[in-house]
Amino acid sequence: MFHSAQQPTMSPRYSSSLKFSFLSILVLNFSLFVSNSFAFQSDELLAYDEEFGIEGGRSPDPAVLTPTVSSPPATRKRSSDLGSDTDSKVQFSLEHAFGDSDFSSAGTFSARLKTGSHGGQTLTKLRFSRNGLSETEKENFKKLLEGDDFYRIRVPSNVFSPPGRDYIVSSVKARCLPRDGLDEHFMIHMEGVNILAVNYGSPGSCLYPRQLKIPAKWSFKSHTVLKNSEQAPRTPVFTEEVIGENGEGEVPPPDRSFWAKYWMYLIPLGLIVMNAITQAMNMADEQGNGQPGTQTQQAVAGAQRGQAPAVRRR
Amino acid sequence: MNMAIRVFLLLLIIFSSIFPTLCIYEDQVGHMDWHQQYIGKVKHAVFHTQKAARKRVIVSTEENVVASLDLRRGEIFWRHVLGPNDVIDAIDIALGKYVITLSSGGTILRAWNLPDGQMMWESILSGATPSNSLLSIPTNLKIGKDDVVFVYGSGCLYAVASIDGEVIWKKELTSEGGNIQQLIYPDGTDIIYAVVLVGLAQFDAYQINVKTGELLKHSSRVFPAGFSGDLSFITSDIAVTLDTTGSVLVAVHFQGGAISFHQTHVSELDRDFSGAAVMLPTKLPGMFALEINKSIVFIKVTNEGKLEVVDTFGRSTAVTESLYLSEGQQAFGLVQQGDGEIILTVKRGDDWKSNLLQETIQMDYQRGIAHKVFVNTYARTDRSNGFRVLIVMEDHSLFLLQQGEIVWSREDGLASVTDVIASELPVEKDGVSVAKVEHNLFEWLKGHLLKLKGTLMIATPDDIAAIQKMRLQSSEKSKMTRDHNGFRKLLIVLTRAGKLFALHTGDGRIVWSLLLDSLRKSETCQNPRGLSLHQWQDPHHHVLDENPSVLVVGRCDHSTDSPGVLSIVDTYTGQERNRMGPAHSITRVIPLPFTDSVEQRLHLLLDVNLQARLYPRTTEALDIFLRELGNIYWYSADVDKGILKGHAVQKNCILEIADSYCFNTRDLWSIVLPSESEKIIATVTRDLNEAVHTQAKVTSDQEVMYKYISKNLLFLATVSPKAVGPTGSVTPEESWLVVYVIDTVTGRILHHMAHHGSQGPVQAVFSENWVVYHYFNLKAHRYEMSVIEIYDQSRLDNKDILKLLLGKHNLTSPITAYSRPEVIIKSQSYFFTHSVKTLAVTSTAKGITSKQLLLGTIGDQVLALDKRFLDPRRTINPTQAEKEEGIIPLTDSLPIIPQSYVTHALKVEGLRGITTVPAKLESTTLVFAYGVDLFFTRLAPSRTYDSLTEDFSYALLLITIVGLVIAIFVTWVWSEKKELKEKWR
Repeated sequence: MFHSAQQPTMSPRYSSSLKFSFLSILVLNFSLFVSNSFAFQSDELLAYDEEFGIEGGRSPDPAVLTPTVSSPPATRKRSSDLGSDTDSKVQFSLEHAFGDSDFSSAGTFSARLKTGSHGGQTLTKLRFSRNGLSETEKENFKKLLEGDDFYRIRVPSNVFSPPGRDYIVSSVKARCLPRDGLDEHFMIHMEGVNILAVNYGSPGSCLYPRQLKIPAKWSFKSHTVLKNSEQAPRTPVFTEEVIGENGEGEVPPPDRSFWAKYWMYLIPLGLIVMNAITQAMNMADEQGNGQPGTQTQQAVAGAQRGQAPAVRRR
Repeated sequence: MNMAIRVFLLLLIIFSSIFPTLCIYEDQVGHMDWHQQYIGKVKHAVFHTQKAARKRVIVSTEENVVASLDLRRGEIFWRHVLGPNDVIDAIDIALGKYVITLSSGGTILRAWNLPDGQMMWESILSGATPSNSLLSIPTNLKIGKDDVVFVYGSGCLYAVASIDGEVIWKKELTSEGGNIQQLIYPDGTDIIYAVVLVGLAQFDAYQINVKTGELLKHSSRVFPAGFSGDLSFITSDIAVTLDTTGSVLVAVHFQGGAISFHQTHVSELDRDFSGAAVMLPTKLPGMFALEINKSIVFIKVTNEGKLEVVDTFGRSTAVTESLYLSEGQQAFGLVQQGDGEIILTVKRGDDWKSNLLQETIQMDYQRGIAHKVFVNTYARTDRSNGFRVLIVMEDHSLFLLQQGEIVWSREDGLASVTDVIASELPVEKDGVSVAKVEHNLFEWLKGHLLKLKGTLMIATPDDIAAIQKMRLQSSEKSKMTRDHNGFRKLLIVLTRAGKLFALHTGDGRIVWSLLLDSLRKSETCQNPRGLSLHQWQDPHHHVLDENPSVLVVGRCDHSTDSPGVLSIVDTYTGQERNRMGPAHSITRVIPLPFTDSVEQRLHLLLDVNLQARLYPRTTEALDIFLRELGNIYWYSADVDKGILKGHAVQKNCILEIADSYCFNTRDLWSIVLPSESEKIIATVTRDLNEAVHTQAKVTSDQEVMYKYISKNLLFLATVSPKAVGPTGSVTPEESWLVVYVIDTVTGRILHHMAHHGSQGPVQAVFSENWVVYHYFNLKAHRYEMSVIEIYDQSRLDNKDILKLLLGKHNLTSPITAYSRPEVIIKSQSYFFTHSVKTLAVTSTAKGITSKQLLLGTIGDQVLALDKRFLDPRRTINPTQAEKEEGIIPLTDSLPIIPQSYVTHALKVEGLRGITTVPAKLESTTLVFAYGVDLFFTRLAPSRTYDSLTEDFSYALLLITIVGLVIAIFVTWVWSEKKELKEKWR
């Protein structure tokens, strides 16, 4: 069984929705609806440009899936004719390899194909069903874990005519995958109906040095994300007036406080005042100590000194 | 209008007050920068010596330069660098005052004024069929009042007036796709003969009326065995060529419209002949030259039409064209290679036995063999003929020889720099120095005598020059040892000729040069060329006992599967230490971040079969490599198919001979770009040696942003297949530019963004956590520059101090590419006025100093642009806090501040690349720009905050301190005295 997030025309940014992936699927569904209604809506006319789907898939019961698996990848075609239907289904297979072994079928992606208003086709509502691991595959995987080797996957580069020009290969150190079960995360970069790249790995971090850990459950827990190209932000275009306003706005120096403007005058002034006060206090002290003699003498001396140059000047 | 002016002025004031002006004063030019002008390897040379006060030689070169050189000193009078696609086919002098150049496959004809190099006129001669091109300037021919130039190009023959470039008549000659081999104009007649080879089997002769271009007669004859292609014209009606097998000589007589063939087997001339002979392009009177059995045979055609061998020379002999002497005789020159010397012979055309001149000139072995020779005559004082010879050597240097001496030489190999690497100089210690600067007693005395002369003002100009040279040599900046600031370095430069030069950063002089034997033409390696330079050994712990060395990587041919050659060259001595090759092909050289015990860097060389080979081939290196085997990844980009692949090392290769240094590789990931919508035009990675000082960036609101710093990031740009052509060839609707940021270990696309309506060419630079790229926006009709910055989100929760204290942070955990990165991307685009030839970024020792982008502009200058202008966080109205952080208010275009031209008033003609090298001083970076010219300077993007300026007066500081101390002392004494006086009163 699958829970799929219904995607209306506009979708939220990938990063904003990523947080929700850890929540329960019900909450996820709900939150996507909520974020859809509140997310930033670009006013650009670019339908389905940032389309993506995010799904949490549980490891399915092998018995249920057997019919899908039995059909070879080459015969997996979209179920209905594309030209007449704007909303048709498409399937493509995932293959895996252990170390340098040959690739073998591992699961099936299925998605809805949407034809945009410009005639461009995009995939939405990607679902993934993985085959269960057979005993030999489990053994192979254990060998990979012991040897710290690569677990490799591949998908066709074109979803209509597999394998397209070439297969898209991605690999990860096998020791990155085991948690409780085996956690994997696909991010599929699309360009129309072409797959550009698959980023495959564990959904979280993979600590280095990688420790050997045998998973308790031999079943994959898959997360898939579909990602399309973003539109580059446009170069800001300013008209003459905007620059003018901008320029004018900057011209008058910002109002600063009195202190900020005149601190360089205030500090010396303050020092002088302080000096004067201390002098005055000293004077008062000296007078209070009762040494008027010296004080007068000094005053007299000062007066004499003051007179002396005057005399000379004459 | 008034408003606009006011706004402009206000903006000007704001800008000039905000940004520090980085310009230098007029008298500082040349203080820490140098500029050298070159022209490249000379293809054609025309002497202009008659009736000229300043004797000169006009040359055209392989760098598409046409230049006028002073014959006395070799200096450049004037020089024009034509575009990279405007290849010069022929040059000549018309009317005695115009230099005529034919370029772009015979479609552009230009006339330049001989004395000053101004362009007089330009004619575009458009034709339909591409063909070879010919330029012929008859000496005494006038059509009407005009002197004429005959031009053949694009299948048409033109007569062009040499005074104004007007086409007088045009005649389409070769509709069947033939090539005109020669235009023959017998003096004083009205007929011009055009000799055409059609499809290597048919010989055509046309007779054309000179005045009108009317075809008078056309005769044609098929030679069933076929021609080899090259014709040698013996006289005005006999040509000699070889048949397709190269074993039969065919003499073609085409006198008066009748064509007849006379065949002679080469073995009749040379008994030991086997294989195929090759016709050498010569223009000798009554003679031609063949290359037979690796030697050059001169064969004379007698009046009766018989062939006889005149002489045989070694293979490395260069021959000039024939030269008319005053008495109507012809002469030509021959240059033979001796051991460390060259032998120059000038012979008369009609007399092989006697020599007009024979000279032996010492020539450095590092110059290689002579490639081209041009001869010119002059009247000696005793009225006999003297000869001067211009020689182009294997290393592309140019020499003028006269009277058995080298009059001047030019190092024009430096015009074709292909790669640059910086190397340290020796540490200052006794007895170690690259150049011998120790003077003996006599030189010491002589130097002092010169200085004495200088002070007594009795020195001649030559003496003054010598004194200045001595001063320069002894000055700080051109010393041959390492300096404290790290400004003095050696720039190791690889040129297209396969020669290595070591240039001193102080004054740009050549410290040593080495013509690499591995990059010379040989039997095993027919068409070698140097690819790249890599730091092989850069000793830090063994500075005193190990010399640094560089690895030179070359290839034997243009194709990637041709065998590769390797050389290791000591950068102190300029000696080749080790050589390997020709061996396996080399598609890529990956320097690994590991060194062995003598600090030799490990290198992984990849070949076309995707096998990786480890160098150096030592067991120690192998041990290190095997230990790190699991952590070595690389990527390859197949531009034609549009597929990117990631690779890792697997295990030893299976070869016939076991090689433990050879490894197989395996593919880890692949990215397939849809061929109908995307084509790769640019891939850029980070510089592996770049230092990043801090990972964190503190924003104005006290938040921390962590830069996503990974050495394994790749910037990839693709355009729609239609938009691969030049700008303007597509409409904005069918053109788009898609950029990717890809992790090359896992193949993860970190960012993927489309610019609709944009087109290449894309120039990009990747540094720290940002990419800046330059492209053309078709919708806005302007160039744009965009920036992408990548920030790491996974480290954001490290801000919690409590966690830091408790050690619950992930700052010290090793980073692995297999973790899913949580990155946020910030991006912004700006308009930019210039088109850009190349992009670079400044690099400093620790990466603390802010960065500047260095843009090689279309005007061949280098412009420094602060990275702050290309900040995606710029907003229209930055807050006060943001302003303090250094964020500039958002504008739609990037400013070009005239003072920030690094090259100030100079031009680096034909600019191809900019290299930055960090100095030891953190604030400073060394910039080397190369093209046809070389330019070097020092830059301080945030000004020299860590050192005093060079003109800082230490003496003044000292005097001030001493003065202050004295003043304190004096006033103290005074006050003491005064106090004493007052106490006594």
